[in-house]
Amino acid sequence: MTAVRRTPVTDILIRNARVLGGEPTDLLLRGGVIAEIGAGLAADGAEVVDGTGLVALPGLVDLHTHLREPGREDAETVYTGSRAAALGGYTAVCAMANTSPVADTAGVVEQVYRLGQEAGLVDVQPIGAVTVGLAGERLAELGAMADSAARVRIFSDDGFCVADPRLMRRALEYVKAFDGVIAQHAEEPRLTQGAQMHEGDVSARLGLTGWPAVAEESIIARDVLLAGHVGARLHVCHVSTAGSVEIIRMAKARGVRVTAEVTPHHLLLTHEKAESYDPVYKVNPPLRTDADVEALREGLRDGTIDIVATDHAPHAAEDKECEWAYARPGMLGLETALPIVLDVLGEDWPLIAERMSYAPARIAGLDGHGNALVAGAPANLTLVDPTVRWDVDPTGLASLSHNTPYAGMTVPGRIVATFLRGVPTVLDGKVQK
Amino acid sequence: MKHLLSTADLDAATATEILDIATEMASVSGREIKKLPTLRGRTVVNLFYEDSTRTRISFEAAAKRLSADVINFSAKGSSVEKGESLKDTAWTLQAMGADAVVIRHPASGAPHRLANWVTGSVLNAGDGTHEHPTQALLDAYTMRSRMGRLDGLHVAIVGDVLHSRVARSNVLLLNTLGAKVTLVGPPTLVPTDLNASVQVAYDLDAVLPQADVVMMLRVQKERMTDSYFPSAREYSRRYGLDGARLRRMPAHGIVMHPGPMNRGMEITPEVADSPRSTIVEQVTNGVSVRMACLYLLLGGAR
Repeated sequence: MTAVRRTPVTDILIRNARVLGGEPTDLLLRGGVIAEIGAGLAADGAEVVDGTGLVALPGLVDLHTHLREPGREDAETVYTGSRAAALGGYTAVCAMANTSPVADTAGVVEQVYRLGQEAGLVDVQPIGAVTVGLAGERLAELGAMADSAARVRIFSDDGFCVADPRLMRRALEYVKAFDGVIAQHAEEPRLTQGAQMHEGDVSARLGLTGWPAVAEESIIARDVLLAGHVGARLHVCHVSTAGSVEIIRMAKARGVRVTAEVTPHHLLLTHEKAESYDPVYKVNPPLRTDADVEALREGLRDGTIDIVATDHAPHAAEDKECEWAYARPGMLGLETALPIVLDVLGEDWPLIAERMSYAPARIAGLDGHGNALVAGAPANLTLVDPTVRWDVDPTGLASLSHNTPYAGMTVPGRIVATFLRGVPTVLDGKVQK
Repeated sequence: MKHLLSTADLDAATATEILDIATEMASVSGREIKKLPTLRGRTVVNLFYEDSTRTRISFEAAAKRLSADVINFSAKGSSVEKGESLKDTAWTLQAMGADAVVIRHPASGAPHRLANWVTGSVLNAGDGTHEHPTQALLDAYTMRSRMGRLDGLHVAIVGDVLHSRVARSNVLLLNTLGAKVTLVGPPTLVPTDLNASVQVAYDLDAVLPQADVVMMLRVQKERMTDSYFPSAREYSRRYGLDGARLRRMPAHGIVMHPGPMNRGMEITPEVADSPRSTIVEQVTNGVSVRMACLYLLLGGAR
């Protein structure tokens, strides 16, 4: 692996791409920015990329990615996860802290940051743990992580809930000093002991311990009240229930500074998938009901839910090819996120850009990402062919792991090219390193 | 029929066929030479990840009476304790030529997973809190032989329905066979959304006068420390079956229990040992019903 090239060696001229689905136009990428935009630009020695029929989107930003390094390099590495991200149209991903060792010190977040720079395919922005070892007992050195080279602004114990209300209050308050945000995995642990899937008629029939909606909703209700009380920013990870959407809607109406994400799989799949007992459908929070899916879609459209985040969670085969109760929760997401969102929202490109690029970049404080594709903006963008439908093949994905829940499904939208500061990371659907 | 994983997979005709074959098998068990040559040369593996003397011996006796070769594989002291996965164990059994695998496992759905990995038949001998199909079949067999019918019978299933694989399999099978089921227990232990057509009741005394069959479920020790109910004493008082409650049942009514019993907890010795109790018969019938299942899965298809 070579270190990232800071400035592209060649200029790129994208011909006839439709920016956010608009009229075809040319985009000249030079010096890491969009130098010119308009019809009939001169090639002038630039490498020409034919964008005919393709939609240009700002590079996607994932606020919730598990890259597994350090610790589980057999499931994913920063490099392989970066490849998957680029192929999914992403130019930035936020790496969750539940690695081994946990990203709860400046040392570990700087290591992940550096690995991302070395991979050079997307900007890898580390997320720091809220509490030491994700144990939920005392605050990690949040300020040290914020001041480190990784410039951490999002803190999360994802995988675990910061369940102690006093600790959560302190964390929300403390990160105000550097405009940080706490991303909460909302799960009341006492209500989900041994939980395996959504609590409902299917869990009752399958004899799998239920994960009740109220375990998520009660924490979100508490946290929006806490965030309002201390005037802090709260981000809610992977919202999965209709009740959660309702609570967040009310909190926003009251002026609480809360943002929320939904995953592609919670927008599409439901708890009946567990009937196969195939743990590829085991995820936390679990797949829920049709009514929940409907409410999540509505919340995403009306802005109650700000963003789509993948919760990309690679797992080695042995952690999924086993009994449901013994399997680890989580699904791949990076390479299928845009197709699933296209399937769910339709070709509403401005809305997709907002939910998958602008808003996540804003929440993460990533100034170089999530910018409108105008002259002078950083050249972070992706080209999508919305007419292509493709079959998801688990072994055909770039991730080291194969735990996609969409195997065998035909999905719309193929990423043709991705550019990070003007450097092609994907061309002709192929990752460039 | 390839596998027996859930009683939901049995339609009324198939379930009745199993019970009818079991009746024939019972006549074999009454003979001096209790053996049929039906499964000679075929291999049945008992793959037990949980201790269960009753079920394992019952399956072993059933397979042996049909002349099958039986291999007992217990997780304790085996490769499983060395960390072997279910999938690798499945491949090992496959390589040894198992025609049927009888599996008992603490994880719900483990038999469904196993069925993907072996070419032989899989019989679910109890998986987690999911199902125990042969128990439901032997219960149905017992009810039919005592009461003469299943259609229209009113069966009350009493106790920890939430965690009971016996209850789940019984609810599904009894529904299929036309019996009416009422689930009785404290609200903490009775799921209200089981999908099948069942009544739910919290007052045992109100249900007993209409119950042709009362099936008592074992209450696991760990439930007592996890606030499902305040104390064993209160549980017994509200949901235990004692002599006074037995007398509230119709004169023809029977009492069942899948065993092992907590005497004095969900059932008093007076009731357990009364002529109205079918507990010992259930064990006997278990062998005949399991013979019928093995015969249908392994012999019938040939």
